[in-house]
Amino acid sequence: FLSLSLQAKMSRPVQARRLEGIEKNIWVEFVKLAATYSTVNLGQGFPDFPPPDFLKEAFMRALSGENHMLHQYTRGFGHPPLVKILAQFFGKLLGRDLDPMTNVMVTVGAYQALFCCFQSFVDEGDEVIIIEPFFDCYEPMVKMAGGTPVFVQLRPKAPKDGKLMSSADWQLDPAELASKFSERTKAIVLNSPNNPLGKVFSRGELELIADLCVKHDVLCISDEVYEWLVYDGKEHIRIASLRGMWDRTVTIGSTGKTFSATGWKVGWTVGPNRLLQHLRTTHQNSVYHCATVAQEAVAQGFQRELELYGKPESYFIQLPKMLQQKRDWLVQRLDAVGMKPIVPEGTYFLVADISEFKSEVPDVPDSDEPYDSRFAKWMVKNKGLAAIPLSAFYCESHKNNYNHFIRFCFAKEEATLKAANDILQKWKREKTSP
Amino acid sequence: MLFASRSFCCFGVRTYRLRTDLLSRSIKLSASATMAFRHKNTRRIEGLDSNVWVEFTKVAADPSIVNLGQGLPDISPPSYVKEELAKVAAVDRLNQYTRGFGHPSLVKALSQVYERVCGRKIDPLTDILVTVGAYGSLFSTIQALIEEGDEVIIIEPFYDCYEPMVKMAGAKPVFIPLRYKNDGNSASSADWVLDPAELANKFNSKTKAIILNTPHNPTGKVFTREELQVIADLCIKHDTLCISDEVYEWLVYKGNKHIKIATLPGMWERTITIGSAGKTYSVTGWKLGWSIGPQNLIKHLQVVHQNTLYTCPTPLQEALAQALWIDYKRMDDPDCYFYSLSRELESKRDRMAQLLQEAGLKPVVPDGGYFMIVDVSTLNVDLSDVDEKQPYDYKFVKWMITSKKLSAIPLSAFCGPETKRQFEKYIRFCFIKEDSTLDAAEVILKNWNKQTA
Repeated sequence: FLSLSLQAKMSRPVQARRLEGIEKNIWVEFVKLAATYSTVNLGQGFPDFPPPDFLKEAFMRALSGENHMLHQYTRGFGHPPLVKILAQFFGKLLGRDLDPMTNVMVTVGAYQALFCCFQSFVDEGDEVIIIEPFFDCYEPMVKMAGGTPVFVQLRPKAPKDGKLMSSADWQLDPAELASKFSERTKAIVLNSPNNPLGKVFSRGELELIADLCVKHDVLCISDEVYEWLVYDGKEHIRIASLRGMWDRTVTIGSTGKTFSATGWKVGWTVGPNRLLQHLRTTHQNSVYHCATVAQEAVAQGFQRELELYGKPESYFIQLPKMLQQKRDWLVQRLDAVGMKPIVPEGTYFLVADISEFKSEVPDVPDSDEPYDSRFAKWMVKNKGLAAIPLSAFYCESHKNNYNHFIRFCFAKEEATLKAANDILQKWKREKTSP
Repeated sequence: MLFASRSFCCFGVRTYRLRTDLLSRSIKLSASATMAFRHKNTRRIEGLDSNVWVEFTKVAADPSIVNLGQGLPDISPPSYVKEELAKVAAVDRLNQYTRGFGHPSLVKALSQVYERVCGRKIDPLTDILVTVGAYGSLFSTIQALIEEGDEVIIIEPFYDCYEPMVKMAGAKPVFIPLRYKNDGNSASSADWVLDPAELANKFNSKTKAIILNTPHNPTGKVFTREELQVIADLCIKHDTLCISDEVYEWLVYKGNKHIKIATLPGMWERTITIGSAGKTYSVTGWKLGWSIGPQNLIKHLQVVHQNTLYTCPTPLQEALAQALWIDYKRMDDPDCYFYSLSRELESKRDRMAQLLQEAGLKPVVPDGGYFMIVDVSTLNVDLSDVDEKQPYDYKFVKWMITSKKLSAIPLSAFCGPETKRQFEKYIRFCFIKEDSTLDAAEVILKNWNKQTA
């Protein structure tokens, strides 16, 4: 015999309501597929080349030193040597004096920085503007915080005659963007350089966003993890440096992308104390500390880069130089087989139009799954080449808007990229021969 | 000039409108800079900004202070643990992302160790989540399973994060204190007990979970099988979850046994058991922990994890996996670190207790963990002229840091509002310290009465 209240309790789901609608995750599925089937993995965004020697050496020095206290807790909001150098470095880039204790906070990857932002600033009923296509975690994080995501799309313009499409050709419509702001808008999430397209927002585009933020008194969560990966002499502009923006922007960065060490999970936030104080509250009530040793090594990495800033040996100059060559190579190869690449201005991702390969994977009308997702799954299972469908970066209702694109990661060794090309070449030959 | 004013006249209306638009825009811009900043914190973190650690770690950071406050080992981790991390750093692919819910070799090692301890099959992929410290496990568990309308029972004194985490999830903490049952001379952590009737009264239809911490921080109490059975019976009767924080599971002293509540009948399916690399291997700075439980609960923690930080650092997880294999293979051997650390700490415990007794104090000798609480009221330090709003133990610790150069943590930091008065004469010492640190503490304690205020 069970009491009524006990029956009522047992009939309720055990999990909290905040998990509703956020259970699925594209990476869990696609990482597993890549692990099972792929021979060449250009899917998940991580380099298959090592972090730079100076960073690995810094890690080894930290470990082998006399000071075994590096294996113990450090300061919760960020290891002092790391926050100090970050304050110096980003102060220089933003043209302001930053206090390492109040204007910088270290997080477990940029991912956790994003989480702290949404938890600290988004309440039930708040709206958050997300620009599509977007790094997929923004949407569930907004929902978990009880907020309402409001989407606005980057729309492709036809490229000039004879030219390949560029990520610069994907643009916001100013009137459309303006219409998304309401009294309930708490924040806009900006990601520049943008994952997955590789778009590097221009000064004019950033000013458009900034003006709206100021006009509507909206916060800007600026995900700039790919800040160093910009090509063709383009400039990465930090929206926090625009007029009226410092006081309302949290700028997010990442060791993983900056130093090609995604497995270290050291990220950071930079911003005004009146915003960071709330990030600190969330942080101290969720993970509190980040691992010490990696922070020590990253601090040394930044010290080196501060000294070499602007010089040719700077990793922040060498890395984009190296990646640009890989980008150009892959762009050519994809174009040669008939997968039309959108040339990215930044990041280490490249999106390509697979329309010419559609015959391989027949359309299934009324399918729940977007075409490109089925295509990507077929491709990894049958060709051993892993990539991510672009629909993964759109909200549910827009998943079929751009469903014939897939995203490749080109932060890969030459051998990996060549192997990818071999697969594509063979595939093209098989397609065209009777 | 004439031209300009003429054009102003001709296009008067339009220019006028343009000028007022520009004017109102500039007013808006400057107004937004000065008007009340509406971007305050969210409701979920309201009132959760202060934190005993932020306050006391800053104060004790001065190297001239003998720091027995924060639970920070100053002993070295075992050398093979450090060596494994060094080996791992040289492997390129281990510097990139690993599996989100836990690095494969780590969850495999954890499943093996805990299968042996629990005597049941544990699936490494579905029954385990690796988190950023046990702290991260507590957060993932509470965010996954607790929400507004729920009540969560917390046993006092408690590790301070339980209360704000429960509040951040929108739920109500319900406190129940451990009560000192003995009037005898020597106090042991075993003398601090829950009143079964009082505990039973705390359970109702809203009770979603109870948080258990054994071995217990700060008292060092190791809950006996009978005590755990009382809790288990209530959990089963009221269909309540149990969040079991067992970070000090290996640190139990002679005559005591750590029992996992999840191994009691009817408990596996409703318990999340939390462990910590930091406490297991004296590497608090690695910030790796884990949650173990049934798939139907762990899957919700995994959802939280994939939406909060996604994956934990790879090199640390691989090194931890290797260290666990080394000790797994010698779990029948007394040299296994899981047992040798507690032997090492037992002598430090005994030394700490003796030092405090010689200084005229009555420490509560812990059966487990690496903390010891002590009633300092017998020292009769008069702090009535200091800031009245702070509890006595806060004032005492601050005074002790400044005048005795010795730090500890005030116990009222670990209490709910009703019991602060009851515990404000206690402070907590951490004894997982090098002999040289304990030597320095000895000097201070021996000289205590010689230096008058």
